[in-house]
Amino acid sequence: MATKGPVGARGPAGSSRGGNSRFAQFKLVLLGESAVGKSSLVLRFVKDQFDDYRESTIGAAFLTQTISLDDQTTVKFEIWDTAGQERYKSLAPMYYRNANCAVVVYDITQASSLDKAKQWIKELQRQANENIIIALAGNKLDLVTDQPDKRAITTADAEAYARESGLLFFETSAKTSENVRELFTAIAKKLPLDQAGPRNPRSGGRGGVELRPENTSTQGAGNTCAC
Amino acid sequence: MDDIAPEYDAIVLGTGLTECILSGVLSVKGQKVLHIDKNDHYGGEAASVNIEALFKKYGNYTKGEEPWKKYGRVNDWNIDLVPKLLMSSGELTNILVSTDVTRYLEFRQVAGSYVQQGSGPKATVAKVPSDAGEALRSSLMGIFEKRRMKSFIEWVGTFNVDDSTSHKGLNINTTTMKDVYDKFGLEIGTRDFIGHAMALYTTDSYITEQGKAPETIERIKLYGNSVARYGKSPYIYPLYGLGELPQGFARLSAIYGGTYMLNTSIDEVQYDGAKAVGISATMHDRGGDSEPMKFTTKAKKILGDPSYFPGKVQVVGHVLKAICILNHPLAGTDNSDSAQLIIPQSQVGRKNDIYIAVVSSAHNVCPKGYYIAIVSTISETSANHHLELAPGFERLGRIEEKFMGPPIPLYEPLESGANDNIFISKSYDATSHFETTTDDVKEIYHRAEGHELVVEGLREGTNLVGGE
Ligand SMILES: Cc1cc2nc3c(=O)[nH]c(=O)nc-3n(C[C@H](O)[C@H](O)[C@H](O)COP(=O)(O)OP(=O)(O)OC[C@H]3O[C@@H](n4cnc5c(N)ncnc54)[C@H](O)[C@@H]3O)c2cc1C
Ligand SMILES: Nc1nc2c(ncn2[C@@H]2O[C@H](COP(=O)(O)OP(=O)(O)OP(=O)(O)O)[C@@H](O)[C@H]2O)c(=O)[nH]1
Ligand SMILES: [Mg+2]
Repeated sequence: MATKGPVGARGPAGSSRGGNSRFAQFKLVLLGESAVGKSSLVLRFVKDQFDDYRESTIGAAFLTQTISLDDQTTVKFEIWDTAGQERYKSLAPMYYRNANCAVVVYDITQASSLDKAKQWIKELQRQANENIIIALAGNKLDLVTDQPDKRAITTADAEAYARESGLLFFETSAKTSENVRELFTAIAKKLPLDQAGPRNPRSGGRGGVELRPENTSTQGAGNTCAC
Repeated sequence: MDDIAPEYDAIVLGTGLTECILSGVLSVKGQKVLHIDKNDHYGGEAASVNIEALFKKYGNYTKGEEPWKKYGRVNDWNIDLVPKLLMSSGELTNILVSTDVTRYLEFRQVAGSYVQQGSGPKATVAKVPSDAGEALRSSLMGIFEKRRMKSFIEWVGTFNVDDSTSHKGLNINTTTMKDVYDKFGLEIGTRDFIGHAMALYTTDSYITEQGKAPETIERIKLYGNSVARYGKSPYIYPLYGLGELPQGFARLSAIYGGTYMLNTSIDEVQYDGAKAVGISATMHDRGGDSEPMKFTTKAKKILGDPSYFPGKVQVVGHVLKAICILNHPLAGTDNSDSAQLIIPQSQVGRKNDIYIAVVSSAHNVCPKGYYIAIVSTISETSANHHLELAPGFERLGRIEEKFMGPPIPLYEPLESGANDNIFISKSYDATSHFETTTDDVKEIYHRAEGHELVVEGLREGTNLVGGE
């Protein structure tokens, strides 16, 4: 039985309790039609920036951001963007594997983008973790503040759908940052802080290994296998 | 739907591990890659499948029955189609680290590496020693032989091919491994486990081939370094199965701009004279609710696995493989949650070794209480394939379920690609690790790009929008 701790193993992250403070790490995935503002929401949440001319995501980020729920509780999100693999329905199962939470985004000015969001939610409920927490985000709220006629999906309709399907729901603007923090905080509050980490048996547990460059290793078999 | 670009630097066909590493590397290097698979999933021959898919693939059940139902949730199963493990100091590990694909995957050690001595009822299973303590307790050698082994291993550690003073007076470039073994007075049994369980040769031809000593010594070093890296065994294995590896590299390619299309068949490869210059293809909708999308695009080169080019490959051998579901660990392996067991050919009167690779719920490839054991070897007869694997089955004890198809042909490309601009990979061979796969990756890269692939620092100096 492999019980020996590997060199350089990550500590048992995931969830830990030291003294009174709690720290938990979770994997969050983003889904939604192209150009609804997935990357923009993350950029706002992680870097508090917005970019009017964001290009369609290639070079997708794998970003992390922590939020403190209270003095004692810190939640760290490991945020995955799709890297465009969803464009031709070719997203790899690895993407949602062990995701603790998902933000499915649509654009409140584009009716079809909610249909797409519903498809993703179905797919998540079928393929992902049973206990995954899903939040529905109707983005680009700023566009309808000045021009209400631009709205294509009413708040009430989306809210009703979210309630039926057991989803968290927010209308957001990555541009003005309205409800962006609230969205991620609500997810953090709903996550089971006492169990879970992003990936279940976290590396560093029994027999887990973390791969690192082997730079310091100059040993040959001679001084390692000291038979 | 976004438009397909009119031209790509590379079109890659098939999402097996070899192809995914290549498209990841090419994308990192700034090339525009279109990566296509005719299947609706990643991994090709190197995929991991669930138990329902496995039953359906082998068809070994009566129609109307659903035998997979007694094995729990089908999605708790990730069964590899190709039995391999990663050497923890091997080249695949280096590539995973230098590309940061380690971010997407988690690995666990394989608990032990074992070797069989003897055959039939007298067969015993012993751990291949991984440190001094294990060597001293090992049943593989007597007390004097242990000393000879110790001095051999110490010599391997100091061996440097370029320094003739480390060659023990042997002319290393022409000598045979037999001469080397003779020099240390090693017994036949010891040679057997050094050559097969440490150097991981599948036959004995390395012993008498002139000039084979440096390569053999490198292989023993790789084994030693791999064991030293995490202890216990030289192998590591990704959680959720080997099928995660191609997916990890596909994501790497995608974040550097690679375009992915599954469920897409190649209708035609277009040529200009002898050279391939593009493809026409059809993407099918998985749900079937939208029309297939036909498209044509050009490429500076085309890479792919043998299944896309039946006319451009030859069969070089056949592998026999049986995937077995057990509900107990392998006898003689200290109840290990995972193991490799090698049955050297000499012990059972064969030319090729028999390998058994075992993984279990510890690697999230099956529900608790189950073990997946894959028995494999290179075929030596034209019939009796089940009999060829019999010494392996003997080691397994009670088998809940056995999946075994006809011999699997191994393909190699007929040409290098210099003439037709098509760079074809080899099939995954019978070795127990990925060293030959990464050799193939490097060879294809060299053929296609005209220079060597440098693994170290692959992502250094590259820029990503999001700052991955
Ligand atoms: C990928 C592949 C490569 C092969 N290469 C060789 C070889 O180099 N030398 C050799 O002697 N035999 C090769 N074979 C075996 C050979 O094609 C036939 O299986 C065998 O000769 C029997 O011919 P058939 O007419 O009965 O089968 P066929 O009807 O010709 O087809 C056999 C199988 O191959 C599949 N297939 C055919 N063409 C393609 C393609 N373009 N892409 C993907 N799948 C395809 C078919 O769907 C079918 O399942 C190859 C088989 C395959 C699947
Ligand atoms: N007005 C407004 N524009 C937004 C908002 N969020 C995103 N955008 C703009 O919408 C466009 C697309 O945003 P992205 O964040 O790239 O969308 P995405 O969902 O990541 O798109 P893909 O990566 O192609 O899947 C960009 O031009 C953004 O500037 C918002 O809240 N309000
Ligand atoms: Mg984006």
